[in-house]
Amino acid sequence: MDFELTDEQKMLSETVTRFVAETYDFLKREHALRSADGWSREAWAALAEMGLLGLPFAEEDGGFGGSGVEMMLIMEALGRGLMVEPYFATVVLAGGVLRHGASAAQRGAIVPGLIAGERILALAHDEAGQARHTLAARTSARPSGDGWIIDGAKIAVIHGRSADTLIVSATTGEGLGLFLVDAKADGVAIEAARGYDGVPVASVRLNGVAVGADALVGGAGGGAAILERSFDEARAALAAEAVGAMAETLDVTVDYLKTRQQFGVAIGSFQALQHRAVDMLMQVELSRSMAVLAALSLDGDEDQRRRNIAAAKAQIGKSGRMVGQDAVQMHGAIGITAEYKVGHAFKRLTAIDALLGDRDHHLTRLVELGGVYPAE
Amino acid sequence: MNLEFTPEEIAFRDEVRAFFREALPDDLRRKMINREHLEKDDTVRWQRILNARGWAVTHWPVAYGGQPWTPAQRYIFQEEMALAHAPEGSPFNVNMIGPVLCRFGTDEQKRRFLAATANIDIWWCQGFSEPGAGSDLASLKTSAVRDGDHYVLNGQKIWTTQAQHADWMFGLFRTDNSGRKQQGITFLLLDMRTPGITVRPIETIDGGHDANEVFFDDVRVPVANVVGEEGKGWDVAKHLLGSERSGIARIGLSKERLSQLRSLERRLAAEGVLTPAERERLAFKLAEVEVELRALELTQLRVVSADAHGGGANAAASILKVKGTEMQQRMTELVLELAGPAGLATAGHDWLAAAAPFYFTMRKVSIFGGSNEIQKNIIAKTMLGL
Repeated sequence: MDFELTDEQKMLSETVTRFVAETYDFLKREHALRSADGWSREAWAALAEMGLLGLPFAEEDGGFGGSGVEMMLIMEALGRGLMVEPYFATVVLAGGVLRHGASAAQRGAIVPGLIAGERILALAHDEAGQARHTLAARTSARPSGDGWIIDGAKIAVIHGRSADTLIVSATTGEGLGLFLVDAKADGVAIEAARGYDGVPVASVRLNGVAVGADALVGGAGGGAAILERSFDEARAALAAEAVGAMAETLDVTVDYLKTRQQFGVAIGSFQALQHRAVDMLMQVELSRSMAVLAALSLDGDEDQRRRNIAAAKAQIGKSGRMVGQDAVQMHGAIGITAEYKVGHAFKRLTAIDALLGDRDHHLTRLVELGGVYPAE
Repeated sequence: MNLEFTPEEIAFRDEVRAFFREALPDDLRRKMINREHLEKDDTVRWQRILNARGWAVTHWPVAYGGQPWTPAQRYIFQEEMALAHAPEGSPFNVNMIGPVLCRFGTDEQKRRFLAATANIDIWWCQGFSEPGAGSDLASLKTSAVRDGDHYVLNGQKIWTTQAQHADWMFGLFRTDNSGRKQQGITFLLLDMRTPGITVRPIETIDGGHDANEVFFDDVRVPVANVVGEEGKGWDVAKHLLGSERSGIARIGLSKERLSQLRSLERRLAAEGVLTPAERERLAFKLAEVEVELRALELTQLRVVSADAHGGGANAAASILKVKGTEMQQRMTELVLELAGPAGLATAGHDWLAAAAPFYFTMRKVSIFGGSNEIQKNIIAKTMLGL
């Protein structure tokens, strides 16, 4: 039992954290949000340059074979900067499907471009009218010649508008299948929207989209298992991102408490606010513990992985809300202005709770799994 | 980073587990499971069993009977003790006066008291709080006035846990009023049979008698019983209150209570006392508690790991205290909710009868040892710089 980082991991963490602090301040982020893409190609190229886009991919695919811990360190740093670039969408989420489901040929065709920062991927899974979080899809894929014809509609596709390649979930008759779809293919219509957290999302319509046999990732019924594994990895990443956003929120808030004067003194001298800040700190630390647990659980026993990830997601949902709400409250009216970072962190933390199953979803899941601690 | 215990740590855990299974008397285990009140003799008996094995005072310096364990081993020992339903030894002996005497005691004091303290040949109580000095401990007033080779004590202590059983008291007394209030406090040891001491019981809301008032009326204490220097008692007390970090969140206790809560729930469901809707609601609440307990457990382990890597003392112990006590209290709340009207009668010896007293008595854990509000003040100052 040991929670120390290796020297290499410490260096990775420091490097990425410094990169975010020095190149991605709040004004840069605002600028990126207002651009046509809604994110910064320049920042993305820098992440590629640093090798971060290849971190979780196997060395044979051109990556670095990084573990959950390294992913945690990167996501925490990106979370501190509230980075809106497609790291989660492309490297973590869609990348997870490639890592856990794609053939060597598929990976060879896609991963190098992804790692180089030249190809954006997005996972198109959620649908209107479905359960809020489910491994099922109504979008259909029917065999046609050697390939498939896909029909359906997807919502909340993170970075869908920027994607070069979509990974689309669809029911095949044998279960859930996952398909690589060129975003410019005939029959694909993408409507962009802006998430309340700043991250671009899109609705995607697939109208008789024809893809080849080589578009199917895994078997025709293997999609749910691939998604489940990828989603757990993505939840671990979100937990780390949430820790970064919470830690940043706490730091900004504590600075504010030290400088903001009311009644002739810094408001941080008021015990009511001190205790509230301490409550925030405790939520950050509990969340950090669960992010570590999640990162360390990814390659272990499957049953434990499910429990630990669900517990982590439930914890950050609660903590993120508390930290965000308290930070806004303690800033007073400044906390609810769009010009101030804290409100944006609050929104991102809110979105993180909603993604891939919210707190209630995962608490219910834990009940189904028999609790956090396996019965002895 | 590695979540798993090492093979050595697992071997240690198995050794500890086997010992608790064999050495803990059945009647004691049953009392602990049923939440019965422990008599003085129960605690003494068990601490002597532990002491015979060399495990009564494991975190004392090795020279005085401690064990050269790693922080992880200390954590495992505490957790296994709780999971085995073993009582903890007397905290006043084991966690308070023992370490203080090891650090500040004279050779004569060490010779006279340490072995007897480890074996509970002396039962200690703590005389810190006074009616006007709780969280603001330094404002204490009970006076010790020098008279030749003695101090003469006058005043009152309060909330003195188990003073009715105590052979000796360690306490803080005011020997000088002239400086800052933290100065002029002296740490004294005194024989409870000294003339002039009156112990009066305080009944608490759980119906129990653990707390007492202690009155001092011209009580004469030898000057040789000062620990540290006259007037420097505050430093000694701070050392004493600097918590032992490896088990402060009491994760093992909460885990043990959680598993008992689950078995009680199953029993009540089998008896038809709980409706399916109630079971569903309770299962959700338990999941909430479990998530937080897991988060706290990992936080505790992070502190243990940092300690093993030479991480110094910091306010993390305060976080563990606050969240750990909240968690323990939450467990008792859930038991009480689960008991419902069956928990109204406090007679008998099982969880239902103990549910209410347990709930009421556990309100104390966020008050004593530095209230959770005081802990938050410490965290705000030392970790947030507020």
